[in-house]
This record gives sequence, structure tokens and C-alpha cells, in this order.
Amino acid sequence: MWRKLFASVPAFRAPKAPCRSFKSSSRRAEKDFNKDLEAQFRAFREKVAAAMPGSDWSPFELTPGLPPERADVVIVGGGVVGWSIAYWLKRKERVRDGLRVLVVEKDPTYSQASTVLSCGGIRQQFSLKENIELSMTSADFLKNINNHLWVVNEDPVDLQFNHSGYLFLASEKSAHIMEENYRTQRHAGAKVALLSPSQLKERFPWINTDGVALASLGLENEGWFDPWSLLNAFRRKAMSMGVYQCFGEVTGFRCSSNVAEIADGDFVDVKRIKYVNVQMPNSLEYQPVESAVVVNAAGANSGKIATMLGIGLGPKESISGIPFPVEPRKRFVYVVHCPDGPGLDTPFLIDYSGVYCRREGLGGNYLTGMSPEETEEPDISNLDVDDKFFQEKVWHHLANRIPAFEQLKVSSGWAGFYDYNTFDQNGIVGLHPLVPNMYFATGFSGHGLQQSPAVGLAVAELILDGGYKTVNLNAFDLKRIFLREPILESNIV
Amino acid sequence: MAASLLSHGMRRCSAHACAAVAVRRGLSSAAPPSVFTRLLLNLSRYFYDVEHIVGWNDWARTKLVRSKNTFFGYAQQRFGDNIGAAYYILTLRGSFRFAGQSEWFRPDSRGRFSYDFMSTPDAQIEEVDLSGTIINHNGLDNLVKQNKLKSLSLRGCPEVDDWFLARLHVFGESLVELDVSHCPCVTVGGLAALQNLRKLQRLDISGLARLQSPGLVRILLEEMLPHCRVTGAEYEQGLIQPDTREPTEEDHEASANTGVRHI
Repeated sequence: MWRKLFASVPAFRAPKAPCRSFKSSSRRAEKDFNKDLEAQFRAFREKVAAAMPGSDWSPFELTPGLPPERADVVIVGGGVVGWSIAYWLKRKERVRDGLRVLVVEKDPTYSQASTVLSCGGIRQQFSLKENIELSMTSADFLKNINNHLWVVNEDPVDLQFNHSGYLFLASEKSAHIMEENYRTQRHAGAKVALLSPSQLKERFPWINTDGVALASLGLENEGWFDPWSLLNAFRRKAMSMGVYQCFGEVTGFRCSSNVAEIADGDFVDVKRIKYVNVQMPNSLEYQPVESAVVVNAAGANSGKIATMLGIGLGPKESISGIPFPVEPRKRFVYVVHCPDGPGLDTPFLIDYSGVYCRREGLGGNYLTGMSPEETEEPDISNLDVDDKFFQEKVWHHLANRIPAFEQLKVSSGWAGFYDYNTFDQNGIVGLHPLVPNMYFATGFSGHGLQQSPAVGLAVAELILDGGYKTVNLNAFDLKRIFLREPILESNIV
Repeated sequence: MAASLLSHGMRRCSAHACAAVAVRRGLSSAAPPSVFTRLLLNLSRYFYDVEHIVGWNDWARTKLVRSKNTFFGYAQQRFGDNIGAAYYILTLRGSFRFAGQSEWFRPDSRGRFSYDFMSTPDAQIEEVDLSGTIINHNGLDNLVKQNKLKSLSLRGCPEVDDWFLARLHVFGESLVELDVSHCPCVTVGGLAALQNLRKLQRLDISGLARLQSPGLVRILLEEMLPHCRVTGAEYEQGLIQPDTREPTEEDHEASANTGVRHI
């Protein structure tokens, strides 16, 4: 009776389908069964470990890489200026974790960033006292870089600094400007020497001194280095001090506005930024980051960030109609190989025609380029290199100045953007009157890298102490744009 | 426990900085670290106490380097540049010789020296031997006024780096002999700055660990300073020797291809 009952339940019925005898394949089946069992146990163990506190499993699918919801300072732009500001802010905070700093960078590969595409030169031969002081402070920083930027258990920072100096050549017309600049530079403490054409020929016999009336050579704290090392040193140290890094694009701001009356009776909107909208890469998802202070260190894209706040979009005559004067300008750098070229004593040579040339490595390679005329600015929609520019414009000036370069071969080249200040080609550092919590640190027009450590310190002092302590950058404030008083630098390369 | 309590009393930032410097010195010195140093560094990765102890030693050393390389302003102001510079060199345990005199002023093995150099305040220093001292680019402030300096020896100085060499341009009109051998921090970038020493006749670059092709650097230095004799590097150093080269991937592939073709 029990057997009938047993057989009546379908689950207990023996399968009627023909089945293989287990004798021959028992061992293999046993192994398969054990393997499967092992896999099941492993999966079970992993699930248990994930369920324990301390694992990063969560039932909700969170996008990786989202920025925090709140930050005290949001720095838009992860180039060398942005990371320098982040480092100095963390260095100057008086309480540990007293300041939450977030650096937002659009491109994790830095493929179009001006920092990494730069030639990496640093010089003190400027005509403006502020530029000279910024550069000297930055050189002092780089001298002691391991005291500032070294992280425990990591390699010391190696910038590969070449101390070859800069050599500026002046024609008859501009010799008096060079002499005046020399006086300003020496007064500010830069070590520069003036050379006559005969001294120049005796010192650098490979230069053709036709047309040169005066030359100025930097003796100390001038040369070139590796910008990627400096960027990574700043980034590594800042992140070890607790700066948050986010790869995303700033697509907008949420502000609260007030109407203010200005002197001639007009009304303007003064916006205070409450949230920065950071959009994740390859996604429509964005995170509004509530912040107190925003720093615009976006380099060539600073103008775009300023437009998001309505700067420049108001009526033409009012203060909100003046656009932020920084735009990207493309510049080419060509790598040339010349076996008979000048040797280890090659400084960063800058001719009065605008062409520049520096040694790269020990194998006879040189970096060279030239700023194009105002009317012939290349197209900024991409970073393609124009070889014809070298053939037509650069080469004959270069070969005229250094006769050995008549025989050379262009190995490669690249293009990068200057964050060009169309107003007066000098940096813009300070607050905008229409956006009282956005600090600008941009518009350096090719000098951002060499001034970055000092600019970072200056902006951190401005944000945390309310004024400049080390280098006085009041001359770089934004009000010169509204008062239409440019401060011109005569030594732009 | 006691160690962590004690270190808690120290300023936090200096503790972190000196722990950082401790490991940095261990990594950047030319000789491989001893067993004891390696053990300490390994332990310091796991224990805060050991990290702080390792940091104290180097905090002390950094403080020493910084204090030895300050500007001896009082001595220079009171006794004049030459005596100030002479005093500085002797406190660093270096030695020097005045121009016009033939005897060298040296400290003894315990670092004590006689003050006879003070009797000639107008004599300028002609030869300086700073080998093995901890001079760095800040310490040169004491020596920049010595414009008759002919010979400078920096053999085996651990703190002499490229920035130091860049500051040597102040001796451009007088320096005839320079010895930077066995300085672990000197690289090609600093040697390029020696172009300002136009009167240099003898330069020694032996034992520079960070030069990858010493022979090429010697050729370039000889081109840069035509009247200078560069010693310490042979032309073959840094070259890839063709006969000792390992058989490369291409050789293996070529032999494999020929094998297949025969089949």
C-alpha cells in the first residue's frame, strides 16, 4: 500500500525516460557535481561578504564617480592652475578637514588641456612687475618642491628641470623696451644679463646676429620642465590632503539673483551661485553640487563657463553686456630634428620676429613654433596641426636666426590652446562684480603653467584671508576690464 | 604607547612632513638602504609609532641642513663679506685658501678651527673645498660675493642639486675648476647651467648616478665649454654594446618564420 501511495505522487515517481547507466560516467558526473557545488558555495560566500557592512554593494544602482552633494569650494577645471588652488586651499585651512574642496575636470585623459600641451618654460623676463613676482615665487616653489608636494611612501617629485635660461633678441626698434624691461626685472630681483651682438656671437657662435641690437639672457631660475609631472604632483598631494576629484562637465549653475542699482541709475542682476550642475561623462545624469564658492580655472573654456552665468549676455551698454574676454587660441609646436644643431647650451631662444626654439633632450631634437598674426588665427574647432604654417612662416625666420636649421626634418608636432585674454593678454584673477562668489583665475595667455604655484597661493589667500599676502595681484583684478584700462605686457610669446 | 602619546604632542603637520622626508631620504640616496632601514620603513607602513620615530630622525636632519645653510648675516655685516664667507665654510667643515696666501684653513676632525682667518679681512677666497658637506642652494648666499673664486670642490655633497649649479653663474668670470663628482642629485639639466662659467678649465663629472649616458654628456659639455677639460666619464659609457646584446624577439621570429617556410 505504501508503495502505491509512493508511486502516485509524481515527484517521487521514478523517471520513465531512458536514463544512462551511471556506472561508466560516475566519476566525471561526480566531478561535475562537485565543481558546480564549489561554484555555488563560492557565490554564496561572495553574497554573504557583500551583505556584511564594509562592502560597497548597495541595492540601488549608483553611478560611479558622482561628486559629493555639498562642497565648500568647487574648482571648475582640473589643470595645473586648478589643482594648485586646491592644494593651497588645503594647505591654508586651519582646521583639519575644515574645507571641502572639489575639483571638476571634463576630460580624464587631458587630451585637450593646455597644461600638458605646453612647452613647459618658466622665465622671469617680463615687463610687468606682477608677472615677474609671480614667476619668481613659482620658481622658489619649484626649487623646494619636495618639501611642499611630497607624499609618504611615494617617489620624490622629479620635474626634469633644464636650467638653460631664456634668450630674448631685440632689433633696433625694440632695444629700448628691452633695456627698460631689464631695469624692471633687476629691480624685482630677477637675475638677467644684457648682451651686445658681439658678446652674443662669442657666447653662442651658432646664432646669426644680423639685425640683433641687444639680447637678454636669464641666468637663474629660468628654463623648462615637464608640466605633466607638476600637474600630477599637485594632484597627488592635494588628493592625499582630502580634495575630491570628479570627472564631469559643468553644464550650468543654479543661482539666486538680486537686483542692484548701479551709479548711473541702471539696474543689473547680481547672481549668487547656489548649485553647480556637474554632468557625468557619456550620460545625461547630472549632480547639483551645493557650494559656497566657485573658482573658474577652466583655461580655454573659461569664457563658456562665464556665459553660463549670463556674463556678456546683457544689454550692450551695461556692465552685464561686457563679455568675459578669454577665448581659446590655437598654437602649434613642431618637433624638429637637426643633427648639426646647437648643443647643450641652447637656451629657450625667442627672436624678435616671434619665432621660438628650445632644445628637447640630448639627441638633436628641438621644439619650435611661432605665434601667428592676429588676422590669421587658426581654426579652434580641433587640434589638428598645420604643417604649411611651419614651411611658410616659421622655417625661414628660424633658419635666418640659426643657420644650422636650414637642414632639418620635422619629426612631429602638436597643437594646444592658449587661454588667450583678448583684452590685454595678462592673467585675470579676482571676483566678478555681477557674481560675488565666483573667483576667476584664468586668461594667462600661455603663461599659466609657469605662474601656477604662485597664482594658486594668491587665490587661496584671496578666498581664505580676503586679500593678497605674498604677491599683490590687485593689478590683475577684473575691474580693469570694466574701466577699460588694459595693463599690457610687451614680452608675449 | 608612550611613543604615540609623545608624538601626539608634536605638531601634526611637521610629523607628517618629517615622516615623508624620512622615507624620501631612504629612497633617494644612492646606496641601497641597510637591513635596519628597510625593516624600519616596512614597520612604519603598519605602525603610526614607528612612522613618527622614523620621522623624528629626519626632522632633526632637515632642521640641521636648514640651519647650516642660513645666511650668516651678522658675521657678514660685522666683519665683512670675506670673513663671513670664511666662517661659514669652516662651520660647514669645509676648507678654503685665501688669494695670495698658500696655507689652507681647515677644521680638525672634531670640527674645531682656529680664528686666524680673521686677521686678514681684505683677503678674498680663491679655493674652496666643500666636499662631503651639506651645503645647498640657500647656503650659496654666503659665498656669492667672492668674485675671485677659482676652484670649487663639491665632491660627494648630498644636497647639491641642479638649482645649486644654476646659482654658480655668479662665479662666471673667475671659476676655473669645478668638481661635482658623486653628487647624487645632479642631472643633465643642471650641467646645462654651467654654460655661464666661461672661464672653466677643469670639470669633474665622475660618479653622477642620475646621468644615463655619461659619454654623450661629456661630448656635449666639451662642445659647450671649448676650453674646458671634462673628466670622469668615458665616451663609451652609456652606449649600447652590440656584441653583448640579448637575442631579441625579431631574431626569434625570423628563425621561426624560416622554419615554417622550409616545411
